[in-house]
Amino acid sequence: MSAPTPRLRLAVALDGAGWHPAAWREPNARPGDLLKPGYWADLVREAESGLLDFVTIEDSLSIQTDAPFATEDDDRTDRVRGRLDAVLVASRIAPLTRHIGIVPTVVVTHTEPFHLSKAIATLDYVSRGRAGVRVQVAPRPRDAALFGRREFPDLSYADLRSPAGEGLLRETFAEAADYVEVLRRLWDSWEDDAEIRDVATGRFIDRDKIHYIDFEGLHFDVKGPSITPRPPQGQPVVAALAHRDRPFELVGTSADVGFVTPRTAADIASITAEIRAAQSAAGRDDETVHVFGDVVVLLDETEQGAQDRLARLNEAAGAAYESDALVFAGTPEGLADLLATWHAAGLSGFRLRPAVLPDDLRQITQRLVPELQRRGLFHDAYDAATLRGALGLPRPTSRYATTEGTPA
Amino acid sequence: MSTPHRTDRPKKQIHLAAHFPGVNNTTVWSDPASGSHIEFDSFVEFAQIAERGLFDFMFLAEGLRLREQAGEIYDLDVVGRPDTFTILAALAAVTEHLGLTGTINSTFNEPYEVARQFASLDHLSDGRAAWNVVTSWDAFTGENFRRGGYLPQGERYERARTFLDAATRLWDTWKGDEILADKASGEFLSTPAPGAFEHHDSQFDISGRFNVPRSPQGRPVIFQAGDSEEGRDFAAAKADAIFSRHSHLDDGQRFYVDVKGRLERFGRRHEDLLILPAATFVLADTDAEAVELAREIRLQQVSPATAIKLLEQLWNRDLSDHDPDGPLPTVDPSENDDLIAKGRASARSHGDRLEQAERWRAISQAKGLSTRETIVEVTGRQSFIGSAETIASTIDDFVQADAADGYILVPHITPGGLAPFVDHVVPLLQERGVFRTAYEGTTLRENLGLREPTR
Ligand SMILES: Cc1cc2nc3c(=O)[nH]c(=O)nc-3n(C[C@H](O)[C@H](O)[C@H](O)COP(=O)(O)O)c2cc1C
Repeated sequence: MSAPTPRLRLAVALDGAGWHPAAWREPNARPGDLLKPGYWADLVREAESGLLDFVTIEDSLSIQTDAPFATEDDDRTDRVRGRLDAVLVASRIAPLTRHIGIVPTVVVTHTEPFHLSKAIATLDYVSRGRAGVRVQVAPRPRDAALFGRREFPDLSYADLRSPAGEGLLRETFAEAADYVEVLRRLWDSWEDDAEIRDVATGRFIDRDKIHYIDFEGLHFDVKGPSITPRPPQGQPVVAALAHRDRPFELVGTSADVGFVTPRTAADIASITAEIRAAQSAAGRDDETVHVFGDVVVLLDETEQGAQDRLARLNEAAGAAYESDALVFAGTPEGLADLLATWHAAGLSGFRLRPAVLPDDLRQITQRLVPELQRRGLFHDAYDAATLRGALGLPRPTSRYATTEGTPA
Repeated sequence: MSTPHRTDRPKKQIHLAAHFPGVNNTTVWSDPASGSHIEFDSFVEFAQIAERGLFDFMFLAEGLRLREQAGEIYDLDVVGRPDTFTILAALAAVTEHLGLTGTINSTFNEPYEVARQFASLDHLSDGRAAWNVVTSWDAFTGENFRRGGYLPQGERYERARTFLDAATRLWDTWKGDEILADKASGEFLSTPAPGAFEHHDSQFDISGRFNVPRSPQGRPVIFQAGDSEEGRDFAAAKADAIFSRHSHLDDGQRFYVDVKGRLERFGRRHEDLLILPAATFVLADTDAEAVELAREIRLQQVSPATAIKLLEQLWNRDLSDHDPDGPLPTVDPSENDDLIAKGRASARSHGDRLEQAERWRAISQAKGLSTRETIVEVTGRQSFIGSAETIASTIDDFVQADAADGYILVPHITPGGLAPFVDHVVPLLQERGVFRTAYEGTTLRENLGLREPTR
């Protein structure tokens, strides 16, 4: 029997030992393995066993800190510090999985769109069509100092509401939109059938099917074309996390998936309205832009068990855990209720952030997923070959295609 | 054929590596045996053949803009390649011992990011990462990057040197004992602020904390491939291995003596730098068959159309109307600085064009060769041609005679072209006692016989 609404989509956000700062101290945690490939392979295989649509892999250029808006790195010795490049982690695990989408985080403020475009295109080849990328801005002095090429003002989180803060957000998110535009143009710069291997004329490619992108922007110009042929999905999936106006605009203009952080069902209408307005203004009404709710999850057999776990973690961390997203501590059934309600309120999917790895990931794959399936809200099998397919997104034609693509 | 042997020492062990062939006319894509050069399966097959042959590593080249000639994208060779880091990280999942070497240039990247990527690759491959530091600099490629510009040619090794210094500083910020991950005491780190660095020099003003803890090899193995005076000095000062195109005996020996002779000046020992020329091979049942096959391959590599393109690269002018079956052009090469061929690492390697053209003309006249035949003759790069016996003994002789410490083989067929070498030549080298029968170590550095990096 088919569900009344389209099934919801489910992703998990993987970060270190989990999102709670004391997660690494839990009995099942593997804090000595966070830099080992086997750790990541195990997590992503677990996620795939639960039929999840995709995983995201967190990253940052600067070292982790409890106070991301501080100018200085903190000197804490009781927290997980150190991480690997998320794109490389993603490619390392791609050949070990078959169905699940793989979406690394990348910082777009200090990196080169040309390099990233070919890296994600290659991840798409390596995973046979399961690649995405989550773009993130980093307009902070501590990130800029790692590159020494540009400077950013030293603003606190509260300062972001000041004119200087608004200006900074406008500038860096506009740059991020340019960046995504360059990614997409580079992915399109080779038409699908540019490689012809025409032995008779000796031509390996048809150069008329390879295009300069000639992008000119405020922060960078990129000539193109890509050095990497068009990837299997045509365009890998682009995602962004968004908490407020400028980021919502980026989702509307540039992304295929936006991760948002409502605290109540009532928040959802206003968030989606802002994103839809930006989408419309960008002329993308006919495209699907998924809005996923981010929720930190800590799950247990009983409500009390979950609360006790959270209390134990908070005590180990020395402070009550706070997050930009809702922190849900309860049963898988209770979480299914929440997701069902929020799904009905307008979110097409969720990116769950396991508080503790692997414990809360297993709760998701082994308890939450069956519960959602029982309710007809989640699929029973992988039925699409690509991440775009899983998200119901069509494979786009190259914007430069002069002729209709030849059928395979 | 006999070559001079030094008898006062045990036989040298040969290093072998494999270059995934790419965008040049070595690769014969028109051969029916040629597969995809972009689908991941090709890389898996290639890497697994190299690992079956107990090779030290595989190598990926890089070029950050599609090549052009006379203002048009070059279309006669393989065009298009994947991202180096991404492919190498994925290959770490399907291989166990093979070193993973990639070219990453020091001009269109930043040290913090590249150091992070190589340290990550080293973790994700359990210690098999290597970096070929190249110094591309041209404005043509620069048009794809934020900096937009390029480096004056004279500054490229300055930037490469400071880039590698900065990256090395970052790798060395973590000593390797900082992560306690002690659940009971709650101490994840043994010390506050590991990874803290400051680096200021003529090219970079950077500071902060490096966020990748020390990797299995500490640092990736460093390769260098430049051939100029500056390039050779850079290798002698900083690299663990050098690639060259000097795969013939005399030429190789001269290069070997020159580069190894530079080491002492930088306080380094003879064995701290391996010399690994790139080499092609043509293998058949008999020497005669191999020679015949080599001729066929050369004709596939230099089609009439390719002959004209290669001619234009030296002459540096439009010769599209020239008859490839006729004699060389009577017009002289253009000394114009604006090159007809763009995006080639070798674009400036022609030196004095007129002198080289005269050399080609002399060969053409002496042997009565057409334009295409001349090009086939003068651009020949096939290093080892013969039966498995002949190739094995030649490689062994060359290495024992210090023309190299081993070779980076470039098959002309992707991805299967290496298999005949692995199946027929490797066993003969093993019989001679000059090639491993099992991997010695777990890291690439161990397999290459290199010392731990000093800090
Ligand atoms: C075997 C070999 C491999 C090379 N691979 C690359 C490469 O992948 N990318 C690149 O830009 N240059 C590559 N080069 C070019 C050299 O790194 C260098 O840029 C070139 O030789 C000019 O430097 P030089 O003036 O010091 O000789 C390679 C050279 C050799 C000999």
